[in-house]
Amino acid sequence: MVRLITHNLLACHVKGCNANNFPLEFRNVELEIREAEFNPDFVKGFLPKIEWKALVDTARQLGDTSLPEEQPEMLDDDFLKNLHHVLLEIHVEEGAMVCPNCKHEYPIASGIPNMLLAEHEIA
Amino acid sequence: MSRPEFVAPPEIYYGDTEAKKYTQNTRNQQIQADMTYRALELLNLPPDEPAFLLDIGCGSGLSGEILDEEGYLWAGVDVAPSMLEVALEREVEGDLFLQDIGQGFGFRPGSFDGAISISVLQWLLNAETSHPTSSPPHRLTRFFTTLHSALKNPSRAIFQFYPTSDDQIQLITSIAQKAGFGGGIVVDYPNSKKARKVFLCLFVGQQKQQKLPEGLDGEEEEQEAKVRFERRREREKTRSKGKRKSVKDRDWILKKKELYRKRGKDSVPNDSKYTGRKRKTYF
Repeated sequence: MVRLITHNLLACHVKGCNANNFPLEFRNVELEIREAEFNPDFVKGFLPKIEWKALVDTARQLGDTSLPEEQPEMLDDDFLKNLHHVLLEIHVEEGAMVCPNCKHEYPIASGIPNMLLAEHEIA
Repeated sequence: MSRPEFVAPPEIYYGDTEAKKYTQNTRNQQIQADMTYRALELLNLPPDEPAFLLDIGCGSGLSGEILDEEGYLWAGVDVAPSMLEVALEREVEGDLFLQDIGQGFGFRPGSFDGAISISVLQWLLNAETSHPTSSPPHRLTRFFTTLHSALKNPSRAIFQFYPTSDDQIQLITSIAQKAGFGGGIVVDYPNSKKARKVFLCLFVGQQKQQKLPEGLDGEEEEQEAKVRFERRREREKTRSKGKRKSVKDRDWILKKKELYRKRGKDSVPNDSKYTGRKRKTYF
């Protein structure tokens, strides 16, 4: 159940991996679309927290091109609905996330990413 | 019974059987639910605003279910895979992570509007290996510093936990303070052995209400320093305590008599000032 909403908040936390550690790259993913209740206020409230470029790039990588390259100034309903779909309805069920910097791989199994680190990776 | 955190580390203690047992136990469910509501109350989120919360040690999603009900979106982390499996079966709404909180989080700064954690912190107080990163102070430091940065400013994090001694409370609060948190300990029902609950209320940044909320003592609460759910709890208390109004009161009797008259039943008694009155008790 990795949704892009949490993926967009997630950086690598391996020891010493402090720069260029976001966003984690998806590999060999299996997707599932599950409908969620649309709450425009939540999506609007969440906008300032989003790293826009990372979100758009990841969404495109996963095959969803409904979001514009630049974050629009005007928030119309269509845009919010698209954003809602990308953030909350695309679930990554299987695959892995790979840190672009240290190449640590976080495997995803039945929707749960394994974020555990080995002893030497703990800061 | 000895405390579970002394038996084995959480990911082993909460194996398949224990995870199921824990989740199906209705007493556990009830306690967990009560503590989650209380934690939400202490979290003091602005009303009617959607929020994105972090559930630390979400387990099988018992508290997550309540977050769902209350309309919050959330992400949960837990170190026990069996517990997360149960959570998957129960189809909770939040995103789940298999993560050891003592290793710290990788969330970007300002990710969450608040964090709750029910019966988890005590698990951080035991060392599993002799590696320096496994010592409780190191793990607590890592946990609190990464959590502090993952929370937005201002916000709160509420931890319910079971400390064995005052030293533990001291250790935890001092490390949390070093990590930049304000706040402190709130104890509910301090005089009861069973109902006593310890909450660690941590503040990020300047709060509107800088004062720590008061612990419940089971008797009347003071008027100020009230947080969100307290009024509702009071209302429910009075509702359950107050005498129920009798169903068959004077109005009911008059209505029935009127009905019988309309239906043409004879020998319906006349209405008077004595209708529906109670007889005196005579010995």
